[in-house]
Amino acid sequence: MAQAATAPVRRLYRDPAHRVLGGVAAGLAAHLGVPRLAVRFAFVLLLGVNGLGALLYAAFWAVLPTPPTSAQSDRRDRRQLLPFLLLGAGILLAQVLAVRGPGLVVGWLVAMIAVGAGIIWHLSDAQLRRRWTRQVPQAPWLGVVFDNTDRRAYLLRLIGGGTCVMVGVVGLVVVVSPELRVGVTASVEGLLFALLGLAGVALVTAPLLWRTFGQLRAEREARIREQERAEVAAIVHDQVLHTLALIQRNAGDARTVQRLARVQERSLRGWLYQPGTGAGDMLAAAVEQACAEVEQAYAIVVESVVVGDRAVDENVAALVLAAREAMVNAARHAKVETVSLYAEVESDAVSVFVRDRGAGFDPDQVDRDRQGVRGSIIGRMARHGGTAEIRSEPGEGTEVRLRLPLTPAEPA
Amino acid sequence: MTAQGAGGGDGEGNEAMDEQRLRVFLVDDHAMFRAGVRAELGTHVEVVGEAGTVAQAVSAIIATGPDVVLLDVHMPDGGGRAVLEAVRRTHPQVRFLALSVSDAAEDVIGLIRAGARGYVTKTISPGDLAAAVRRVADGDAVFSPRLAGFVLDAFTARPDAPVADPELDLLTNREREVLRLLARGYAYKEIAKELYISIKTVETHVSNVLRKLQMSNRYELSRWAADRRLV
Repeated sequence: MAQAATAPVRRLYRDPAHRVLGGVAAGLAAHLGVPRLAVRFAFVLLLGVNGLGALLYAAFWAVLPTPPTSAQSDRRDRRQLLPFLLLGAGILLAQVLAVRGPGLVVGWLVAMIAVGAGIIWHLSDAQLRRRWTRQVPQAPWLGVVFDNTDRRAYLLRLIGGGTCVMVGVVGLVVVVSPELRVGVTASVEGLLFALLGLAGVALVTAPLLWRTFGQLRAEREARIREQERAEVAAIVHDQVLHTLALIQRNAGDARTVQRLARVQERSLRGWLYQPGTGAGDMLAAAVEQACAEVEQAYAIVVESVVVGDRAVDENVAALVLAAREAMVNAARHAKVETVSLYAEVESDAVSVFVRDRGAGFDPDQVDRDRQGVRGSIIGRMARHGGTAEIRSEPGEGTEVRLRLPLTPAEPA
Repeated sequence: MTAQGAGGGDGEGNEAMDEQRLRVFLVDDHAMFRAGVRAELGTHVEVVGEAGTVAQAVSAIIATGPDVVLLDVHMPDGGGRAVLEAVRRTHPQVRFLALSVSDAAEDVIGLIRAGARGYVTKTISPGDLAAAVRRVADGDAVFSPRLAGFVLDAFTARPDAPVADPELDLLTNREREVLRLLARGYAYKEIAKELYISIKTVETHVSNVLRKLQMSNRYELSRWAADRRLV
């Protein structure tokens, strides 16, 4: 586009957001300020003039860029496609019945070649071409063949486009030069010889192709490795080194050191063994997070085991909070270093057990003002349709058993 | 650090002292950790040797003939599994207890299926470790709470999991109850009290679960092991 040099011009783009085929008509309509339907209708009508519509469409499609801001929409307006196809077919039929002659066929063959070339051209958008040029400076076109992105679709389109071009070319030769008396058979034979020649060239260049392919793959692997290394480096730098520095500064305080080490350990374990559970919307992740919070706040160790998993709803969230309160109670009153937590998701209920082997108490003798047990555990579970049972004896430790029945409608 | 890690009782480590001392071999590539375990276990058992590499371990274990080998999961040159397989080929009477910092299911399950009699984490207390060693030496199994959780998870009845051999692929209700209590941090004698059965019966249930864990072809088990190419 030559006028692009002058500053703020309205540029002509394809409009992938409103496309039926390639977004050419929609882009033209937006640029000219006319209805999209009119432009599409014009293209279909022009089909009648020796396939000029298809030719024009292919030319526009090949040349027009997509606007930099818009993302390609995959939702084509397919309902519009059918009427236009019918209309186009009708026009063609009328033309074939009314007019005959080589001119018509030539137009169509040219249009076919144009469409095929357009398809191949579009195999490589500008971004991909740049990447190929960077990867294999000596032969960027190799990227078309060897790039892994969506390779099957690429191959299909390449073959489709190539077939269009080939059929078009053969047809042209046959139609334009009837005086040469080259029949269809001869043309196909010629084509076969051409293919044979191509195969020979391919054989000669195969080592180069193979080496280039290897280079591409090596580069891709190197990129992946680099990403992984960067992720590990981030964890080590942001967390581990930081923790080690803190441990050195608090070397005299055994409890702080233990707490720091434990928090770091839990974080690393989560990263190593449970990738993707960072989000707090699943039970296992929520329980682990509650354990981590209690460990950090009270400098104890929570040995947690979770079997099964499910999404957290309001009731399950209450269950996790009750379990957290039970852990806090154990940390504050049991005088132990370790608390065990076991959570299990069954088909009809979620159960959580929090157990310590600490001081224990007589549940009947608990002060009325011990809000933690009554309100935060028993009351909370009751409000959400669950039950809480506390078993404890002085000197024998305490176990809090929480059970939340699941309604059958909810997926377990 | 944990009072319940091995599923063993507190007193059992001391009982061990009165009986004939067990001969234990340590395999771990961290010398510092070996020294720590040696110091901790020193009063409970007799540490007859230690090794830091797979090759050393295999020849030294065969030479010393210990009752129990404490085996690290992660080591260079094939890890604990390589040691286990090499020794068991010629000396099947040697018993192995896996000891690891890893809590990953595939590590744990992989070593158990290769023939280890149990698994404990490295944070276990000295008394519990000694109790676990004795239990393994007696031919019983030792499950950490987390291993019990894995097993429950793996044997959960799923509609898409075909049961080829009910004898091996399913847990009995009693075994399930025992595993749940193990996962909740109960020691064997507490489990016995809770379920009104003898400690010996609890041990039998756990050993049966271990056998199923080793023999069953459930998809979850082979998948866990395959995830780290341990099968």
